[in-house]
Amino acid sequence: MKAVAAVALGLVLLLAACEREQRRFSEVAPSSGRPDGTRPSEITAGGAAPAAMVRGPYEENAWAVGEGKRLYQAYNCNGCHANGGGGMGPALMDAKWIYGSEPQNIYTTIVEGRPNGMPAFGGKVPDQQVWQLVAYVRSMSGQLRGDVRPGRDDHMRAKESEMARRPEPAK
Amino acid sequence: MSRIALAVVTPALAACSGRPPVLDPGGPQAARIASYWWLNFWIAVVVLAAVIAFLVDTVVRRRATLTTAIVPVEPRAERRVMIGVSVAVGLTAVTLLGLVIADATTGRGLRSLSGEEPAVTIEVTAQQWWWDAEYWDPVPSQRFRTANEIHIPVGRAVLVKTKSLDVNHSFWVPGLHGKQDHIPGHNSSLTLKADHPGRFAGRCAEFCGLQHAHMQLLVFADPPEVFEAWRAAQRRPAAEPTSQPALRGRDVFMSGPCVLCHTVLGTPAGARLGPDLTHVGSRTMLAAGTVLNTPGHLGGWITDPQSIKPGNRMPASSFPADDLQALIVYVSGLK
Repeated sequence: MKAVAAVALGLVLLLAACEREQRRFSEVAPSSGRPDGTRPSEITAGGAAPAAMVRGPYEENAWAVGEGKRLYQAYNCNGCHANGGGGMGPALMDAKWIYGSEPQNIYTTIVEGRPNGMPAFGGKVPDQQVWQLVAYVRSMSGQLRGDVRPGRDDHMRAKESEMARRPEPAK
Repeated sequence: MSRIALAVVTPALAACSGRPPVLDPGGPQAARIASYWWLNFWIAVVVLAAVIAFLVDTVVRRRATLTTAIVPVEPRAERRVMIGVSVAVGLTAVTLLGLVIADATTGRGLRSLSGEEPAVTIEVTAQQWWWDAEYWDPVPSQRFRTANEIHIPVGRAVLVKTKSLDVNHSFWVPGLHGKQDHIPGHNSSLTLKADHPGRFAGRCAEFCGLQHAHMQLLVFADPPEVFEAWRAAQRRPAAEPTSQPALRGRDVFMSGPCVLCHTVLGTPAGARLGPDLTHVGSRTMLAAGTVLNTPGHLGGWITDPQSIKPGNRMPASSFPADDLQALIVYVSGLK
């Protein structure tokens, strides 16, 4: 009986591994922000309705996280945030999140921008790539499953991989 | 019956498209490679014919005599066999030595053109899955970039420097030269020369990932004055659009996702992730030789590049129909 259960468990784990590397080249990613990057006023008569949280579509897809890592360099995110340690912009690999660490929060940050320097990339970076970046940014602080986070860099760099990081306890 | 017909028709079909470019040289190095190939071919034909002749001879003629003549050994026959074997071994050694000499001579010949002062230097940077080509000039303002299609002057030595941004690729234009690998972090080069005008197809010859098969390159060998005119045109920044749709298309380009990856000289667009589009309208193909450069294909490529070349780095963008039309007019007008 135990053996059957172990085999079944193994098969289920294998199924998860199939999803992990699935490459979805053309798909319409959920868009929740405004594509033109404008920021609607938050003052609403009768109080704002609670925003619906969109779950990041690539939280369990290692290939998409890898693409996010490539885009993080390509779109020069590292120009301000360095390799996650921060510079001109805040650090991304610690547990301090000014605007929230949920996928929806990071999506909004990228698409609409934030005060004091974060530009709005809405209408410039396509939604699918924004979600890939969201997944990668979350992997930097170890918020994704370990086997989804990138295991190595394409270039020589003396730092631990995202896969090796442990999430800091939230403050 | 149908099998015989098939066997006859198949080689005939192969003959339809003319000679493969390896055997139809367009330059001195390709000619050396082709003659070395023919040398090997004819030697192989002679050796094969000789082997088959001996085989047939053994099977047909000597079967009866040999079965009785094995024991006892006759000293005279033994000597004859020994001489025969020695001559065969000697001939084999001489042939192989000849091939080694021919190989070394061909190799030296391919390299000796490197001594010639190159008239044009092109830095070709391969990446998944296209080629970036920068025409080098000591004066920075005279340098320019193009992608996937390069022009060279006939009869002049052209130095091609090969680089890679990601994985190994290989530059192979069989009508002009052999292969030269692009290796990340390592610069190599080869010198090309075309001896007649024409269009030479090239491709990546080192497996480099999903779209390796769609990583093609075109080399146009132009008469020197045509080449000079082409180079002068490529050095100019993009012409100011004049028509209303083209002006609107430029606004769409500059305010949309295009500007994040592409360069159009003379405009604020200056990113280097994708091919330089300053003169994209003057190229014959899109997506590294995947589709013809027509307004229709361009529109399809902008809207859904992943169904034309799955896995490539260009993301799909959705524009309202009017904006897309204007964008197509603007981009295909970048001559």
